[in-house]
Amino acid sequence: MSARILIVAEHDGKKLNPSTAKCVTCARSLAGAEVTVAVLAAEVAAVATQAAQLAGVDRVLTVENPANLHPLAAVFAPQIVALAGPFNLLLGPSTTFGKDLMARVAGLLEAPQVSDIMAIESPTRFRRPIYAGNAILTVESGGDGKVVGTVRIASFEGAADGGSAPIEKAAVSVPLPTHTRFISVSAAKSDRPDLQTAARVISGGRALGSAEGFKILYSLADRMGAAVGASRAAVDAGYAPNEMQVGQTGKIIAPELYVAVGISGAIQHLTGIKDARTIVAINKDGEAPIFEVADFGLVGDLFQIIPEIERLIS
Amino acid sequence: MKRILVGIKRVVDANVRIRVKPDGSGVITDGVKMAINPFDEIALEEALRIKERGGAEEVIVTTVGPADCQQQLRTALAMGADRALHVQADGVIEPLTVARALLKLIEREQPLLIILGKQAIDDDNGQTGQVLAALWNRPQATYASKLELSGETARVTREVDAGLETIEIDLPAVITTDLRLNEPRYVKLPDIMKAKKKPLDTLTFAALGIEPRQQLKLVRFEPPPQRQKGIRVKDAAELVDALRKKGLL
Repeated sequence: MSARILIVAEHDGKKLNPSTAKCVTCARSLAGAEVTVAVLAAEVAAVATQAAQLAGVDRVLTVENPANLHPLAAVFAPQIVALAGPFNLLLGPSTTFGKDLMARVAGLLEAPQVSDIMAIESPTRFRRPIYAGNAILTVESGGDGKVVGTVRIASFEGAADGGSAPIEKAAVSVPLPTHTRFISVSAAKSDRPDLQTAARVISGGRALGSAEGFKILYSLADRMGAAVGASRAAVDAGYAPNEMQVGQTGKIIAPELYVAVGISGAIQHLTGIKDARTIVAINKDGEAPIFEVADFGLVGDLFQIIPEIERLIS
Repeated sequence: MKRILVGIKRVVDANVRIRVKPDGSGVITDGVKMAINPFDEIALEEALRIKERGGAEEVIVTTVGPADCQQQLRTALAMGADRALHVQADGVIEPLTVARALLKLIEREQPLLIILGKQAIDDDNGQTGQVLAALWNRPQATYASKLELSGETARVTREVDAGLETIEIDLPAVITTDLRLNEPRYVKLPDIMKAKKKPLDTLTFAALGIEPRQQLKLVRFEPPPQRQKGIRVKDAAELVDALRKKGLL
């Protein structure tokens, strides 16, 4: 059975989120798959163009509607269902956007959902982490009927540019609910790379001691072109905002280089970083569990080591 | 009566180190400490606080699962829920089946809100709230870190990847909780005694008119690949050298 796959694009109205290119790679790992990307937006042109340029995309379907200005799951889901007819696999990224939306799509279709797909073995057979990544489960759907999935983006490289897929306007006329209304989104403005897609990430734990203490990490990160993350303990203590949290209950990331500073390495944190190519741990406690997974471990006082590293690479 | 329905799940305690059975048929749960899923505890705490502020008159806690789940329902009653509904069922129970059962309970109880954890820490599916909202054709506010009720609507702050998003939803609606919504209370001994007298009704899928369906076969459980243990470096200079050699700096 060949797979006809619909990927729901994640974007902010102007730019395609890199999570979409990772979904394309996931879909392309099935030989012979037909890959369509759906762009729902108030103005689709810019995002649709970017999606069409991804290598491995066969077609881009657009749904332009002022109601799609903000990605509300209750508003997007019936439109995805209206597009779903010809497809047997519907994918979105396992980001807060995709997790919120795709399960609602699965509910409307009464179809099974496979969450956090880390590998597709066939159009009906998938591998996914459970128990915070402490076990890997292979699941298989019955084969007839649709399957909905969210793609664990840390498991896939993003598809490169170089494609030129046709862009088609889809005619979708379904009633959209008004019971859910967007009010606002507040995000810390930052010139640093996006945490979820950065090649290098430096994260701090409770040992940083304060929001002030995090400044040495920001300074080093800017020198290295790295994103900054935080452990749950540091976020709970108010040293860093919640969107910086790395771990099973925060962001799951797979950078080339991950530097854990003053982080002991609770299981839920390790789950969020285990796909990092190289892990560095800097901690004053040589027995900390983070050293079990670190490629390079350095025991010592972070307040001396971090400025020292910055000086050495300047 | 203004009611809040809270869904909970019995899971392996968050502090237990999970082991996969040698034959790959599941994870070892025999003799392992079980608990209310932590996100569901937050859901219950939020419902109790709404009731304590006068925003609701009754908090009903429910779960779908085997007979042992009554331990977690009793704990929820000890935390302060007024009564419990146990939909007793064995075997693999998928989110769609749980959502169908919850929808039947919603039809009976007519709650103002239904609050669930954003995901269970065993299967990590993170689906039930959204699937329920879809079947019910009502709003969903997932990953809530703040919840304010005012009459017919609620304002919910959601933890999203970009930061904090605020949405307004009409009630009734489904809320799923994130970590920072609240800190659940501890259960006190006298409350455990009191909870034994609170009503706990047992239901079945048949009584609710539901046919459970398993759409995904669980083929194989495996332990995750282990990372190779690395090396210790003695100082910042050696670390920078090592990272430079790998082309990482």
